[in-house]
Amino acid sequence: MAFGPHLLLATLEGLVTAAVLALTALGLSLVFGVMRIVNVAHGEFFMLGAVLAWAVATALGTHPAIGFVAALIVAPLVVGAVALLSERLVLRRLNYDPEATIVATIGLLYIIQQLALSLYGPEARPVTPPFSYRVLLPWFGYSGYKLSIIAASALLLVATWLVLTRTRIGLVMRATQYDREMAQAFAIPVERVYAGVFALGAMLAAFAAVLIVPISQAHYLMGQDPLLLSFIVVIIGGLGSLRGTVVAALLIGLSDGIVSMFFSPTLAKLIATLVVAMVLVFRPQGLFGTAAR
Amino acid sequence: MTEASTARIYGLHMAVVVVLFALNFLLPDYHHGLFARILVLATFAMGYNLLFGYAGLLSLGHAMFFAAGLYGSGLAITYLGFGVSAAFVAGLGCGALLSLVVGLLALRTSGVAFMIVTMMFAQAFVLTIVYFNQWTGGDQGLVLQQASRILTVGNASLDLTAPAVRYLAALLLFAIVLFVTLAIVRSRFGRVLVAIRENEERTRMLGYDTFANKLAAVVLSGVFCAAAGAAYALLFGYVGSNFASVQYSILPLLWVLAGGAATTLGPLVGTVFIYYVTDIASSYTSAWLLIVGAALVLLVLFAPKGILGFVRRRWIGWLP
Repeated sequence: MAFGPHLLLATLEGLVTAAVLALTALGLSLVFGVMRIVNVAHGEFFMLGAVLAWAVATALGTHPAIGFVAALIVAPLVVGAVALLSERLVLRRLNYDPEATIVATIGLLYIIQQLALSLYGPEARPVTPPFSYRVLLPWFGYSGYKLSIIAASALLLVATWLVLTRTRIGLVMRATQYDREMAQAFAIPVERVYAGVFALGAMLAAFAAVLIVPISQAHYLMGQDPLLLSFIVVIIGGLGSLRGTVVAALLIGLSDGIVSMFFSPTLAKLIATLVVAMVLVFRPQGLFGTAAR
Repeated sequence: MTEASTARIYGLHMAVVVVLFALNFLLPDYHHGLFARILVLATFAMGYNLLFGYAGLLSLGHAMFFAAGLYGSGLAITYLGFGVSAAFVAGLGCGALLSLVVGLLALRTSGVAFMIVTMMFAQAFVLTIVYFNQWTGGDQGLVLQQASRILTVGNASLDLTAPAVRYLAALLLFAIVLFVTLAIVRSRFGRVLVAIRENEERTRMLGYDTFANKLAAVVLSGVFCAAAGAAYALLFGYVGSNFASVQYSILPLLWVLAGGAATTLGPLVGTVFIYYVTDIASSYTSAWLLIVGAALVLLVLFAPKGILGFVRRRWIGWLP
């Protein structure tokens, strides 16, 4: 393949990564923005979504499309319930103290990961894509399913944006984010908003995982990379900024796709990690965020 | 601080060291080996405690300081033919340099950002080890030959692979770091660190250079952790990249939380406690990480001050 088509392929792969990353990072960013806590177990919610997708698709065992659609509905709901439970049982009792929640969510990370290992096993298992249509480009054929991931992710991002900016729920969420105590004074049920946001964040991650499972595989350790990448995206995009998160996800996804096609993946990761650490050190508010209050 | 309470505090710490010394002759073989390892890891936890417990800085990257000591001494022995004491000093030097650089950069941030930055530096450190796997052995690591782990002082030579020598060397390191920590936290510097933890703005307003004090805490903490890492390499003869992984940044946090943050003996108590809990649990189930996770959640929910924090509040108020 010549350089041009090669670059196009890398760009498409990067867009798929970016689409999934944007959803996962948006979940992390919402939780951080509204609740001011860092959810270290976010990657495990992603993993849980993928594992559940496999479980649902296998249990149904009918046409791949039906199994996939069922997974797309069931997996985020179950993950949302798990998140709600852990918010009720653990985070609320800690009064959302930032450092205590970090320690607690590290604990949740180990618990979920180990349960997945014990119940699901160490194997990586695939899920059949709902359809296997190939889009024929002039130089190569490209998986239609991968293109549909990009579309689905964009759709969900727009929906989230509409909910945040155009509905009462979004207004309540933004009010809580802006000033928790004032929101409470105006009779906003802050605790219920927190519970809802935490569940919503986990559901976004789970949804992203169900989308990615047909092209990667479900594995109990698959939560690690999305967690780090989501941190990176949220930091570069500015903590709690939706637009920044999407732009940063595009930036990271595309550069990851292109760089890892032309360079050694370890070196690419090493440089990316150091660059992001430096961004955080010298521009703590992120590239697009406003100064933290 | 009266004379009597000073004597009481030093007496208690001496007594702990004497008990640990006596255990060298009393413990059965299996637990003897386990305890030698625990003493080195408790030293690691003490280094972490200085920063997390006293200065109030939550780092999730301390595995890199431990690994700096580990690789600093391990690589010096393997490729440069260093002796044991020179390799130990090399490990300390690597830890000091790394913690100085990381401290200078990471301390520009605070709170959650500090945690994420330290985690990323640690991640970059692991990736560096993996990238240079030609020399570091990557995931498999390096095994230090027994012949290279003999300490010669004058005419006498000590074989660090012998169980009793290994235990006593670990105890010596532990005791030194314990008393240095005790001296630090009772000094003016230690009190400034606690003041920074409680209210950084006010401490700065009172005229203290909080950045310089925090940097000193990061470097001291890094050097203690590197000392533990270097000792681990020399005493147990294995250098591997899993010691630099994020898991080894979380374990000292767990040990310190369990034993009691900001108590001098807490890291030892916590390390012994968690090590034995996971050791006993892993004989029943392979899911020992589940125990670690549950322990973290339960500790932070019901015993945020740890075992010795509880003891201090209920019974012994003078516990440092």
